Amino acid sequence: MDKRLERILPRVQKPARYTGGEWGEIKKDMSRIEVRTAFCFPDTYEIGMSNLGMRILYGTMNAPEWSYCERVFAPWSDFEAELRAAGIPLYALESGDPIAKFDLVAFSIGYEMAYTTVLNMLSLAGIPLRSRDRRASDPLVYAGGTSCCNPEPMAEFMDFFVIGEGEEVNNEVLELVREAKAAGWDRQRVLLRLAGIDGVYVPSLYTPEYNADGTLRAMRHASGAPERVTKRIVRDFENSFFPTSTIVPSTEIVHDRVNLELFRGCVRGCRFCQAGQVYRPIRYRSAAKLIEQGKQCLSNSGYQEITLSSLSTSDYPELMGLCDGLLDYCEPRSMSLSLPSLRADNFSMELMSRVQKVRKSGLTFAPEAGTQRLRDVINKNVREEDLITTCRTAFAGGWNNLKLYFMLGLPTETDEDIVGIAELADKVLHAWRECSPNKSRGVRITVSTSCFVPKPHTPFQWEAQVSIEEYLRRVSLLRSRMTARNVVYNWHDAETSVIEAVLSRGDRRLGDVIEQVWRDGGRLEAWSEFFSYERWIKALEQFGLSAEFYAARERGQDEVFPWDMVNMGPTKRHLAREREASRQGVLSPDCNARCSGCGAAALAGGKCNE
Amino acid sequence: MNKLRLRFSKTGKAIYISHLDLMRTMQRSFARAELRFKYSEGFNPHPQMSVLLPLGVGCASVCELMDFTLTEDVPPEEIVSRLSRALPEGLAPLDCYASERKVKELKFLRISGVFEYDSRPTEPMCDGLTEFFGREAIVITKRTKRGEGESDIRPAIREISFAAGENTVTLSAVISAQEPTLNPDNLTAALRQLAPDLAPDFAKFRREETYDADMTVFR
Repeated sequence: MDKRLERILPRVQKPARYTGGEWGEIKKDMSRIEVRTAFCFPDTYEIGMSNLGMRILYGTMNAPEWSYCERVFAPWSDFEAELRAAGIPLYALESGDPIAKFDLVAFSIGYEMAYTTVLNMLSLAGIPLRSRDRRASDPLVYAGGTSCCNPEPMAEFMDFFVIGEGEEVNNEVLELVREAKAAGWDRQRVLLRLAGIDGVYVPSLYTPEYNADGTLRAMRHASGAPERVTKRIVRDFENSFFPTSTIVPSTEIVHDRVNLELFRGCVRGCRFCQAGQVYRPIRYRSAAKLIEQGKQCLSNSGYQEITLSSLSTSDYPELMGLCDGLLDYCEPRSMSLSLPSLRADNFSMELMSRVQKVRKSGLTFAPEAGTQRLRDVINKNVREEDLITTCRTAFAGGWNNLKLYFMLGLPTETDEDIVGIAELADKVLHAWRECSPNKSRGVRITVSTSCFVPKPHTPFQWEAQVSIEEYLRRVSLLRSRMTARNVVYNWHDAETSVIEAVLSRGDRRLGDVIEQVWRDGGRLEAWSEFFSYERWIKALEQFGLSAEFYAARERGQDEVFPWDMVNMGPTKRHLAREREASRQGVLSPDCNARCSGCGAAALAGGKCNE
Repeated sequence: MNKLRLRFSKTGKAIYISHLDLMRTMQRSFARAELRFKYSEGFNPHPQMSVLLPLGVGCASVCELMDFTLTEDVPPEEIVSRLSRALPEGLAPLDCYASERKVKELKFLRISGVFEYDSRPTEPMCDGLTEFFGREAIVITKRTKRGEGESDIRPAIREISFAAGENTVTLSAVISAQEPTLNPDNLTAALRQLAPDLAPDFAKFRREETYDADMTVFR
């Protein structure tokens, strides 16, 4: 270990996250390595190591014997200060080598608020921030992940992006870079060849043109670059790679348990939800396979807990069989099974009792809106009766800790919808009074609201976000109606949501703003202690831009969007139809009931469900 | 099942694993080795395992001790061989046996230390350190949960000696392990507070051996 690092580590918080050496870390013989990748996660070790996508790609990108993919996480502020003071460049955990000498530096960006952290990590590594400033000796810097379904705000900093699921495309990139190194191609030639890989977007080959009002007129593409980049998906999800033998951190992380991925995509089509649109089409893994993977994960890792992770876990067709199969293995070994993200409409006593056998924790439901009218607008197919029935079942089963999530600022929301949230909470409380077998234990109902962020590639991508003042007015209206003693109301601040709205529907001009915010000290901004709204507003003004233009402006139906050249599956026409349906309060059935022809099935070469 | 005692080392990258994280890491490592801890009875069952003397973050050790009870009989030598394949980098099993001696009989620890002096000659430092730790009382200010407190660390030091090397002074000491417990970091804290000229630019410590009250090796 670096002597300088040895002196620093005892002084910083949780040093075990900066050393590597965990169980399951991949070690390779460097003399046989031809392509080295630094897989960077722009958040802390505890968050990054909890990310299933990163663990999958760590496995697939290390599969070729000539490729070595190592992990890099963002340092916490104390360690960053020490690294800078000692002049130690950002290093990869496996080898301890500075990442500036790697061939590829890959960022997994799931969340817009990580953008300044990406810049901070490049700066700590000593790699030029802007793509155009990088030379032959610098690594190729690229990004993937959910936030890259609108790559434009980060276009200035990335040599290329990979769009969609990464299992296959990253290895195609590795192959190409291996070939390029052997043949000695120059940087431009490599980029042109990369643009020929399906799912790769090379922003320097595209030039945005703007209208006088600041909206996008067109995106010009150079010859050799496709007009639109279509996201990649894994077609054979059943047999695609899953990391059953993976790293077990020696320090506590956020999701410190085995995570099984039941399916990709979501059949529901909630109109506010980006994940529900951009992860289409739906692909399931069989219960038999999942049970086998779960057993292997538990025995290989030594974890005592397993959880099921997918967008809407209770929609998994074989959920009962899966839970039974896993419990058969877990119970005799004192292991526990937990279920996240349950829907309030098909949650049954049977399922609940299965989970309860091992451990009982709090329940969380997300009705998202307070009235049926607004839930119909957003296509959240949860009926109040279903929610109340589910709550009654839960209370009768002994649960006494319930969380309800809502959004404020959804399109067409009125004061009646807001008051409806308080009324719904009261009805839930009433259900507890009627059904709880043991009222002396009391009940805790927590209502949380966040400020709605319209996202690209959703039916609400045209919509305006409400202002901070209006959000706060709605919060205080709701507060005034929350009178029951057992109901706690928490609301998230809207400032982060506004900046998230700016970045998620932003264009290439935001690159200057992101860099300025980083220069002014912005990093780790997903953590509230590091976020500054004023810093963003100041930087936007400095470059003649405004938060209102990106966040609070309703777009024209025919406006050209910066993310239009990315094909995530659902077509713009489908999204427009869904938006119109939302205006009419018309529900769209889930994909299993009736195909709404969103277009995502084409990615899988046919229909979603055979 | 009988209670067993594991002796293990914690060196290299593993010195940064905190005590709480070590407990978790041990539980998972045992599970990977298909060694299952017995669980306590009661409302909130917990595995029957405990590390005898918590080790500070950054301190190495080649004499850590951990007591545990398994659900089934496994020969101790097999436990060692299974664990050697299941522990992360820096943790290694040394020995496993049925424990006969009670934890409270563990009285002293022999530690070694390396004091690094980047730009000072080490001979005078070595003499100064020998003189300093030869004092009758070394009262330092400690920050505790209840605020600041004064404490004399001298009675917790049974033996201490220094040897000068190139840019470093090495320490060998026998310190009290329990009642009172002396954290080796307090040795350098004493220097910073009472003799800053002698304080090293960096110091690291390693636990070498465990002893009982008669200075017989404790197993």
